[in-house]
Amino acid sequence: MLALYLRDLRMGVRAGGGALTGVLFFLAVIVTIPFGVGPDLNLLARIGPAILWIGALLASLLGLDRLFQADREDGSLDLLLLNADRHMLALTVLIKCLAHWTASVLPLVIAAPLLGLFMNMEPVGIAATALTLLVGTPAIVFIGAAGAAVTVALPRGGLLISVLVLPLVIPVLIFGVTASYGAVNDPDPFTPPFLILCALTMFLAVIGPLAAAVALRSGTD
Amino acid sequence: MRLIAENLSGERGGEAVFDGIGFVLADGEALVVTGPNGSGKSTLLRVIAGLLPHSHGRIAFEGDSEAFPTVASACHYLGHLNAMKSALTVQENLEFWRDFAGDGQLGVSDALEEVGLGGLGHLPFGYLSTGQKRRAAIAKLLISHRPVWLLDEPTSGLDKASDARFAALMQDHCAAGGIVVAATHLPLGLQGVKTLEMGRVYV
Repeated sequence: MLALYLRDLRMGVRAGGGALTGVLFFLAVIVTIPFGVGPDLNLLARIGPAILWIGALLASLLGLDRLFQADREDGSLDLLLLNADRHMLALTVLIKCLAHWTASVLPLVIAAPLLGLFMNMEPVGIAATALTLLVGTPAIVFIGAAGAAVTVALPRGGLLISVLVLPLVIPVLIFGVTASYGAVNDPDPFTPPFLILCALTMFLAVIGPLAAAVALRSGTD
Repeated sequence: MRLIAENLSGERGGEAVFDGIGFVLADGEALVVTGPNGSGKSTLLRVIAGLLPHSHGRIAFEGDSEAFPTVASACHYLGHLNAMKSALTVQENLEFWRDFAGDGQLGVSDALEEVGLGGLGHLPFGYLSTGQKRRAAIAKLLISHRPVWLLDEPTSGLDKASDARFAALMQDHCAAGGIVVAATHLPLGLQGVKTLEMGRVYV
């Protein structure tokens, strides 16, 4: 299993892995917002956490279509399925998700504090947003894996994944943004939405890979 | 140890591709599946591996049920695609499959030596020629132990010398009590094999 994690990580960071695509997209979204919204610093600070979250959400959906498609195209997926008795398929999917998260989504979390400066956010707000992103983005990948497994046979499945998955990640977005606001706006609480966010991630870490495994099993041809 | 198929039917997209296929293979036996294009050779192999569902019939693997509880767990499947990543080196690819598939047998460099790719392990898989890629994929059969080899056009792209070398590898596998099921148009150079002719083409 560690071998699978390392292989996918290597694939992600080597040429053509597409790990940087997400970060560049994230950067493009956040940098254009202040130009679009205008130089109202208070407004920027107020919408900052939400914009960071939306940018990170869309950027992490970007590379999901390759999660299983790359393995399907070179025949590796057949062998991953063939070894399902040795490594439970849902566990294999979970490992692939974690590797994808490390290679493609973790850079977004790391870039988020820097991009928070563009939005004129306070240090506490930036820290809270980065923390909620760190905890919340795995959930997007886990549920995205189910979408990627359903669309694995479609050559242009990327957009379809986003459409399938977006309704399911809305709760993650809501609680992530609520917790980030809770850290800066005084009467709003931080801990309850943050804990719900943690619970969502753990819940989807089970549901997502299981659903993806079922979809992959029935999707072979 | 036996691989049994009884009255097997396969379909693709709701259309029957073959039906009534049956065979029994014991230790050391090889089955060559022949037939025209579209007669269902590849489908049969995928059905045996459990990658496609079968509409009727039964497939079973009788043997060490502790180590190999299902047919799939006892099989190596070498399909049309090589299941290797072109961005990684040959060595990295093979090490991954050895760790993932388990039941390690030959070392990676020994396996590469066996298929005539000794010393090329450091190259990215994408740099190899078609025949060399195929040989690297064949090395995958050697690095972890599975009693049943399912081979789909295993020798496509191989030159004559590699053909002979691969025939010897299959002989060795059978001699060690393994089972080979190969779908092919080309003679594999195996002696004393069973043949299954997939005659009828459904259109």
